[in-house]
Amino acid sequence: MASTLETQQPPAGAARSIHQRTLPRYAPAAVFGGCLVIGAVLTGFGLIGTVVLGTVIYLVVIYVLSRTVESSRKAADRVVTGLVTSAFVIALVPLVSVIYTVFSRGLPVLSATFFTSSMRNVVGEGGGVFHAIWGTVYITGMALVISVPIGILTAIYLVEYGRGWLPRQIRFLVDVMTGIPSIVAGLFAYALFVLIFGPGIRIGIGGAIALSVLMIPVVVRSTEEMLKLVPNELREAAYALGVPKWRTIVKVVLPTALAGIATGVTLSIARVIGETAPLLIILGITDSANFDPFSGRIATLPVFTYYEYIQPGVDGSGEGRAFGGALVLVLIVLVLNAVARLISYLFSPTKA
Amino acid sequence: MATRTRSEHPPVRRGDRIFSATALGAGILILLILAGVAIFLLVQGVPGITAGRGSLSGRDSFWAYVGPFAFGTVYASIIALVVAVPIAVGIALFISHYAPRRVALALGYIVDLLAAVPSVVFGVWGITVLSPALVPIMQWLEDNAGFLPFFEGPTLTSGRNMFTAGLVLAVMILPIITAICREVFLQTPRLHEEAALALGATRWEMIRMTVFPYGRSGIVSASMLGLGRALGETLAVALVLSGSAIYTFNTLAAENSGTIAANIALQFPEASGTAVNVLIATGLILFVITFAVNYTARKIVDRRSEFSGAN
Repeated sequence: MASTLETQQPPAGAARSIHQRTLPRYAPAAVFGGCLVIGAVLTGFGLIGTVVLGTVIYLVVIYVLSRTVESSRKAADRVVTGLVTSAFVIALVPLVSVIYTVFSRGLPVLSATFFTSSMRNVVGEGGGVFHAIWGTVYITGMALVISVPIGILTAIYLVEYGRGWLPRQIRFLVDVMTGIPSIVAGLFAYALFVLIFGPGIRIGIGGAIALSVLMIPVVVRSTEEMLKLVPNELREAAYALGVPKWRTIVKVVLPTALAGIATGVTLSIARVIGETAPLLIILGITDSANFDPFSGRIATLPVFTYYEYIQPGVDGSGEGRAFGGALVLVLIVLVLNAVARLISYLFSPTKA
Repeated sequence: MATRTRSEHPPVRRGDRIFSATALGAGILILLILAGVAIFLLVQGVPGITAGRGSLSGRDSFWAYVGPFAFGTVYASIIALVVAVPIAVGIALFISHYAPRRVALALGYIVDLLAAVPSVVFGVWGITVLSPALVPIMQWLEDNAGFLPFFEGPTLTSGRNMFTAGLVLAVMILPIITAICREVFLQTPRLHEEAALALGATRWEMIRMTVFPYGRSGIVSASMLGLGRALGETLAVALVLSGSAIYTFNTLAAENSGTIAANIALQFPEASGTAVNVLIATGLILFVITFAVNYTARKIVDRRSEFSGAN
């Protein structure tokens, strides 16, 4: 039908509608290309300048063009399309820049010794993140052990048992809890252990507790969402067979939601593993590996990165180690995110 | 919400009673933890509020000490919000209404990745890459917009000022605001959108007439949640901003207001005695501010979700 209408149109190309003249489909792309060239010439072919100036020129040109050919309403629409698209591109700039910076400056630092040695007795060159990686791994592991049972049980309570005002309040406060600043969680852990051990306390378990405060709300919310997705028919089928409620939850509901819960837990690890502020407060920093979570300072990757950057040492070699630490951290976080997506992709019940 | 209308419960057994009690216990434990955060900060913070000059870097009272930092915290967060909200709304619209369906999900993941980058990495990136890159822009603002109090200058040559700190915070809260706006925009009733398009609205007019009115409270609460995150952000600001205990609106000069969280991070490792209590007391102030902001934001979200059940 469209073709018969179009054949009745005078000349061709520009006009597509019988009511109104319209710019051809390729117009925005062509105009944008042209504007990029103008931008490149005006700014002397700098990449960022070209794109920024080209975009601005494009927005002006497409507005004028569309206003004269089409209408002011269409013109506004085209400008907004341009603005919305550039908003997305703007968001990519810092992401690409951060990842590029960390990789380009961190990669040269990575070596076997970087992973196998601590900073014990290191002055100047050398040294590594061995102690910090272990600190991060088992502090986060302890936080995991504390948060996952509490988080999952709370989610079970909210979805399966909760009636009345209490679950509503808990759900609301868990939401508010996601907004607790991480440094406040660190101060909480410090204030807690100061009462037991006295001033100036630095203790591993405190770091795990601080991270748990940040992790529990994430686990609760993601688990809750997943439990809600489990179809009620499954529960009712189990009840009909005379299975007690708790066994229904353990044997039917949880296994069904397991992939989603695992995804949520993995993402919560990714969130807390990069936390610096609370660990700076309660763990401090040290040069040697400390495997005792119940006494003394423990180095962790984020805090290591921070201190190596602000105290690079006499020859400034700490800055390189800081980028090395940052790269390891970013890699861990990226891998955790990828694993989370993979779990939800491979094991999602909708696929099966 | 799933609607469950079970009139007959299965028989209550001992396993059931133990399991439900454990689940309830976990829920109550969370309430206790939250109360514990407030109580322990209060116990350790009160000696700080009543501390003398010696622990307050020469200030007369605790309030005179925390004032500039509270101001700097709010100021930096507002800059971040002003920059991030329009961009976040744009990205959310791009993902929900402009990008092709098939790639929209992947684009969402990419923006979420920004949320995964640890704060200390943003801080190190902010110092080494962003602040030098921004100096020409700051210089331009100083030359051309210097009559505004925000851009009075003189521009700090290292670029480690409030301007950079605000932008780093903006980048960090962008994914949170985007994620919530995206969800809200996607919930716009399909029929409203199609009705607008059927009446001949362009895409932008459709968005203005259906998506924005429907999602307004969502945008507000998303911004407030972003604000809450910006207020508590620590390491990125501690690294990027060279702050001190002063009040100033100038974003470009060497003298900037510090933020509460960054001040704690910078002072705490070396602090001892009552100075520690003073820092914990400032943390309590931060907790109260962020709690109030998040509480209000969540209230708005909650009220909204009651309405959205209607369609």
